[in-house]
Amino acid sequence: MGRLAFDLAHLLAGSLVLLSLLMLYQDRMFSLIRIFAFHAIVLSMSVAWQAFTQGAPHLYITAAIALLFKAFIIPVSLHRIVVRLEVHREIEVVGGVGITMLIGIGLIALSLAVMLPATASADPLAREDLAFALSVVLLGLLMMVTRRNAVTQIIGFMSLENGLILAAAGAKGMPLVVEISVAFSVLIAFIVIGVFLFRIRERFDSVDVGVLEFSRGERQ
Amino acid sequence: MIISPHQAIAAVLEIPAASAIGLSLLPGYVWPARINVLSCAATFLCATTLLFGGGHIEHYLFVDDLNVVFIVLSTFVGLTTSAYSASYLRHEIEEGKLKPAYVRFYHAMYQALMFAMNLALLSDNIGLMWVAIELATLTTVLMVGVYRTNAALEAAWKYFILGSVGIALALFGTILVYLSAQPVLGEGPNAMVWTILVQHAVQFSPGLLNVAFVFLILGYGTKVGLAPMHAWLPDAHAEGPTPISAVLSGLLLNVALYAVLRFKMLLAANAGAIRPGPLLATLGLVSLLFAGFMLYRRNDIKRLFAYSSIEHMGIVAFAFGMGGPLANFAGLLHMTMHSLTKSAIFFAVGHVAQARGTQKISEIRGLTASHPVLGWGLIAGVVAIAGLPPFGVFMSEFLIVSSTFAREPLLAIPLVVGLLVAFGALILRVSNLAFGEPVGPQRAVSASIAPLYAHLALVLVAGVYLPSQLVAWFRAVAEMLG
Repeated sequence: MGRLAFDLAHLLAGSLVLLSLLMLYQDRMFSLIRIFAFHAIVLSMSVAWQAFTQGAPHLYITAAIALLFKAFIIPVSLHRIVVRLEVHREIEVVGGVGITMLIGIGLIALSLAVMLPATASADPLAREDLAFALSVVLLGLLMMVTRRNAVTQIIGFMSLENGLILAAAGAKGMPLVVEISVAFSVLIAFIVIGVFLFRIRERFDSVDVGVLEFSRGERQ
Repeated sequence: MIISPHQAIAAVLEIPAASAIGLSLLPGYVWPARINVLSCAATFLCATTLLFGGGHIEHYLFVDDLNVVFIVLSTFVGLTTSAYSASYLRHEIEEGKLKPAYVRFYHAMYQALMFAMNLALLSDNIGLMWVAIELATLTTVLMVGVYRTNAALEAAWKYFILGSVGIALALFGTILVYLSAQPVLGEGPNAMVWTILVQHAVQFSPGLLNVAFVFLILGYGTKVGLAPMHAWLPDAHAEGPTPISAVLSGLLLNVALYAVLRFKMLLAANAGAIRPGPLLATLGLVSLLFAGFMLYRRNDIKRLFAYSSIEHMGIVAFAFGMGGPLANFAGLLHMTMHSLTKSAIFFAVGHVAQARGTQKISEIRGLTASHPVLGWGLIAGVVAIAGLPPFGVFMSEFLIVSSTFAREPLLAIPLVVGLLVAFGALILRVSNLAFGEPVGPQRAVSASIAPLYAHLALVLVAGVYLPSQLVAWFRAVAEMLG
């Protein structure tokens, strides 16, 4: 049991990192959404496995939320938004795919280098899970930075959040995990509804503050 | 009527929560605005009773000398802002800028925000605190976008994305804190209860705590508006309704800072962990210098004061980062003074923008001639926030500068440079606004000046004479902060 629990947990967490890397270089919107749905399914399996090995039934709720909400409802609605807003062709990527992947690999190395020594005293099961979780979080951040489209940014944010849920589920006996995953689902639902209602297509890049303030002066 | 601390804690949370639900059902404008004020007043009264003794609800809520400062300040500014918001909204509705349906939504969200902030400040559980800060973010995002203009939606979206990333990083930090505590305190709720954590922090794994603190300061630091994570702040202040700008600057930034301070205390209790002070002080100093220079290029009046908020949160973070009884005392005082002064400035700015129909500084002139009460109020506010005597901000800045000179003279140089740069920018801008021939449309506004002058009077009194009880109280908190 011990060995198997360990290996399966690592297999699932490792696949999450792999899927995050896959999303990083995906340049077609629909396949990106599909990979994200798969990401959520793997997350839900991973959380369910943690629930089983830790004997923590409340984690099954988190797994169910991940499965139902993030693997089905959100991808389906994102799909519809993409069709409706006609953004399926334009995935604008900042910087080349090669460089982004290299940075991504660098981030994984960084999270291993940071987390493994820092968690030397922690529970071994949680320890490597945490390193994987941090990789997923950092890859999600990278994705948000390198994509300009609002829908891809949401997917980046949700993959980041999947990393957090992985970390929270791996932290043995952590209270409030279910509440936190619910709070996050509410947050994401708001984002998705917002994008849909207000037809937000682009991330508003305001590095150039001058341009922003000019346009503001034209109001009214 | 005497209520026990337990009841007071419950009331501080229940009144805003119940009002939020009630106001979301109540149509119209006049009564909801009154109920909003009444409910804020009741919350404030209950919060003041906490001054006479804290309570503790096991595992979830508690009151100590530190958070009671924040709660009283927060409920007070919440009350004055609700009074201000009543007259502000009336004008916006008459102008047709705000639809009645959104007004109902606005009032409900205002109370929900008060609830979330009080919960964040009262919570003894780091997970609960995270949930509360997330809720506060959500409600303010919704209010920033309430005008539904493109610019407002853009600001709300940017705030949302950056705020969510900050919140996500803070959660990762929170999980790491739990993991560092779990081997010592065992599994379960105890390892997330702040009062228990801080007692046992000595035994936690320093490595994990270090990593956790980096995530926490980046995450909650985003919400404090520290550079370079400040990008959401000017937009959110400029495009939302002005009462919300006042609440954001005056309260929400403080709440996030409070979270950072709690974790700083946790790290300080562990000898093996990095010293959290220098990191916080560096971020503070960077924010101060950055915002100081950015002030010169602003042409939007609300943006100008939003950058000034970044500057002042930088000063406060710097003071708390320096640590020690004197700098902590000064930081606490500065935070209080900034909250009061900045919200007063926004009260004035909101009416000024309504009177002139623009937020552009270059189009506003001669305020003292056309609207003397507002114009002079704005001047007094700016003079106070720029750090001139006799206002309270001068005293707190003086204390911060002098304690820095005494301990780290080299750090005092960039600090003073930042203060002077910001001072110059603010005085330059306000002289353009306030004097000269009035230009453009002049509309009469039924300004509610009571909140504006009440805040200014408090800041003035604090600058001239600080009651000894207050000094003793702030000293005790400064000791606690270490």
